[in-house]
Amino acid sequence: MAQAVEVKAGNSRLIRAQLSRRFLAAIAAGAIAVTFALFIATPLHGLVGFVLVAAVLYVVAQTVISNVVEGRRAAMNRLVTSVVVVCACAAVLPLVAVLGFTVIKGSAVLDLSFLTHTMRGVAEQDPYGGIYHAIIGTLEQVGLATLLAVPFGLLVAIYLVEYSTGRLGRIVSFFVDVMTGLPSIVAGLFIFALWILALGQSFSGFAGSLALAILMLPTVVRSAEEMLKIVPDSLREGSYALGIPKWVTVVRIVLPTALAGIVTGVMLAIARVTGETAPLLLTVFGNPALNFNPFSGAQASLPLFVFGEAGLPNETAINRAWAAALVLILIVLVLNIMARVIARFAGVRS
Amino acid sequence: MDEPESAKISMTRSSEAVPSPAGQPPKTNGAQSKDMRGRPRRRADAIFRMLVQGSGVVLLVIMAAIAVFLILQAIPALKADTTNFLTTLNWAPDSTPSSFGIAALAFGSLLTSLLALVMSVPVAVGVALAISHYAPRWLAGPLAYVVDLLAAVPSVVFGLWGLIYLVPSIIGPSKFLSTYFGFIPLFETNGTYGKSVFAASVVLAVMIIPIIAAISREIFVQTPRDHIEAAWAIGATKWEMVRTAILPYGRSGVVSATVLGFGRAIGETIAVALVLSANYEISLHILQPGGNTIAANIANRYGEAGGIGRGALIASGLVLFVITLIVNFGARAIVRRGEREGA
Repeated sequence: MAQAVEVKAGNSRLIRAQLSRRFLAAIAAGAIAVTFALFIATPLHGLVGFVLVAAVLYVVAQTVISNVVEGRRAAMNRLVTSVVVVCACAAVLPLVAVLGFTVIKGSAVLDLSFLTHTMRGVAEQDPYGGIYHAIIGTLEQVGLATLLAVPFGLLVAIYLVEYSTGRLGRIVSFFVDVMTGLPSIVAGLFIFALWILALGQSFSGFAGSLALAILMLPTVVRSAEEMLKIVPDSLREGSYALGIPKWVTVVRIVLPTALAGIVTGVMLAIARVTGETAPLLLTVFGNPALNFNPFSGAQASLPLFVFGEAGLPNETAINRAWAAALVLILIVLVLNIMARVIARFAGVRS
Repeated sequence: MDEPESAKISMTRSSEAVPSPAGQPPKTNGAQSKDMRGRPRRRADAIFRMLVQGSGVVLLVIMAAIAVFLILQAIPALKADTTNFLTTLNWAPDSTPSSFGIAALAFGSLLTSLLALVMSVPVAVGVALAISHYAPRWLAGPLAYVVDLLAAVPSVVFGLWGLIYLVPSIIGPSKFLSTYFGFIPLFETNGTYGKSVFAASVVLAVMIIPIIAAISREIFVQTPRDHIEAAWAIGATKWEMVRTAILPYGRSGVVSATVLGFGRAIGETIAVALVLSANYEISLHILQPGGNTIAANIANRYGEAGGIGRGALIASGLVLFVITLIVNFGARAIVRRGEREGA
């Protein structure tokens, strides 16, 4: 008798009962039911709150029941799996919320007239006006920043991968990392202190481009560096063996091989700075009217427009902010998706 | 022509680059390399080398210039400040006598960023684990993609969302916390809610989750297969495998990701400027309106600032710059130490 019990206990330690899927579904149904009861009985309300309470109840119930039936280790395992799932949802939820809100609120205002008019002479409560001037400003500022940062960044990346051997290379590489962590507002302050205060220039789109270029630079260097690194050495050696000088090898063999990856990195860098607001606030300043010339006078930009309208205590202005935010997000997302498509279909093949 | 096709192709390549007689068989390459030592080409090589090395040096000069120009433009304002810059709570640089200080701003920056970390690090590690080891393959790819997209959303859009949507909807949970947990000083309020430090740090948390998750995920997937198999072999559950194989391996990566996320949060300007209602007090009551950060203060006060006011803002930016430098150096040191231990 005692022996039988022992064997049974031994068995149960090796293979314990497991909760079936059906039983877990029952727990979930129970959790939802209890949440309903709670929301009727107490002042709790709201869909987000409902999902949250139901999820917490489910996880707690599942863990407790699993602890009794399956044992402590299995219960812990289930708990952590649930927590990981909740984390994944918690990370996706804000994106859905932000995108959803922007699309719903923005598409109500966004039309052709909004894209082709400026804010010149438009008061905050006026239902017309648009972002033509801001789109022009953003395109010019980001375009100029790209022209400044990409060649420079490429040269630095070439130096780091193909030429640097000693201490200078390590120092440059280190400061590229430091630059990656540079807050965008500090980049703006720097250009403000140098370009506008010390050199006495006026606010202009170009001043904004300088700040954006500083922010683009480390991203361009790092991505180009990664891409140049994975170009197989056999290509370089083959080129040297044919008597081709190093610089021609770099420019005509290594760079073309890594081109698709570099383009991807550049587009991600463009996408990143297109949404930058803080540095432009200090250098471009914003302007309700159209200014085509990026080298003279304050300009508008999409992020600045969103920031300006969002701060106004008026529903019409805030709706304009949503519409501009929608345009901004569309530009950034299109750049991102294009970058990924290029990376997928034309990556470096070794 | 009985040369193999590949030889012909590479010869055309080389003949484009190096002016040498086309169609020369590869065996006479020796003659070519002698040719290569000719002066003009070596000079071109040296010029190119100087060009790329010069770009590296220019990058260093830019970093130095950032520090130098911020300091130069901050000095006049700091001299005009009649109160202690490090301890003053008030920000009135353009009034006479000029009085401004970094204390409340620096405190606010640290508080919002720390709160953002407390909320985002567990979620980010969870997401990283979900992508690297929990989600089925068909889901892991899209999930990673969505998290990356979250990183691409401009901060001003997060700010707009935080201001219009999050601030009103966070009042409920805030009331709940202050009613039932008000005995904790952090959750005490004066009865008003809304544009609070809490709301700002939630927005920041959402913004830095993708950064921390991306770096953590990269480390987690590098966990040696042997460690994972060994855990399975002794009958570990999935969580026990994660705890004994993946987390110890990825710890230094997660720590440095956290530090980088902190650096990002403390430098974030526009989202915080939109969500916080600025004041200049040091208060731990995170649920009531108020609070401020260095970066948000620059965005908010820039438009109205006069000469000394601008210098004062630059001085505060300098403090922010120094904080992010320290944070980044710290993160690199942790990564290096982790690499040494891992080796």
